[in-house]
Amino acid sequence: MKSRILMFTFAFAVWCILCWVPDTQHLIAGAVVALIVAAIMGSMFVTRPHMLFNPIRVFYFLFWYIPIFIWELIRANFDVAYRVIHPSMPIKPGIVRLKTELKSDTGLTFLANSITLTPGTLTVDINKDDGILYIHWINVVGSDPETTYREIGSRFEPMLKKIFEEDVVK
Amino acid sequence: MIDIIGMIFVGTGLAFDVLGCLGLVRLPDVYNRLQAATKCVTLGTCSILFGTFLMSGGFTPTGFKALIAIVFLVLASPVAAHAISRGAHRAGIKLWDKSVVDSYAEDREGEA
Repeated sequence: MKSRILMFTFAFAVWCILCWVPDTQHLIAGAVVALIVAAIMGSMFVTRPHMLFNPIRVFYFLFWYIPIFIWELIRANFDVAYRVIHPSMPIKPGIVRLKTELKSDTGLTFLANSITLTPGTLTVDINKDDGILYIHWINVVGSDPETTYREIGSRFEPMLKKIFEEDVVK
Repeated sequence: MIDIIGMIFVGTGLAFDVLGCLGLVRLPDVYNRLQAATKCVTLGTCSILFGTFLMSGGFTPTGFKALIAIVFLVLASPVAAHAISRGAHRAGIKLWDKSVVDSYAEDREGEA
């Protein structure tokens, strides 16, 4: 139920922003649409509502994860630009395994998305039971677990673990 | 002044979009192409939208829509790339000849 209420609030807020400046007609239509969305999709939105209201987690997410993510995204673009423009295309592609300790759906989703948008890597598949991500790497340095973790996982995994997983945050 | 900064953002975004398209043409197989397409087009389009946000005068109706579009784009484009690459691999599309390693195919041999 809590998840449905959150979903309704979120959908309604997005609607209000999308048809800024709100007037009565828009607000009524938005409320109806948000209700339908919340009734159908509500149960899958947030499975652990208490995580969302933990100020330390939100703080870490906004001021630690997002700046690093944007920096990595810009680096990724220059990396791809370099490989594309270079006459001989210095690429050495392959699919490698990355072992992860994250368990929650949100954490895994954010890890996979971060990996896709950072230099030279693209998530192909996730095996949730064994905690393995299959990653297409444009410039393979090595396929053993230590190398892949050092080169790909270590940038984001500890951070996401702190934000989405651990029970007590300091 | 703010218009000029917005213009710079739009220009950078266009440059990255062009590079992404160039990558789409030059790189050898579907996975490498997805890499170029996803990364460059995400940052390029986000940059264009942010420039639009600045040039439309900040938090106006247009500006709000641009910001919301950035959030959706950043969330959706990696997911789309993931879905396409996974689908391609499951449909049996081979990696480029000079690829070094394919752990995914090794692990999936028993399954299929």
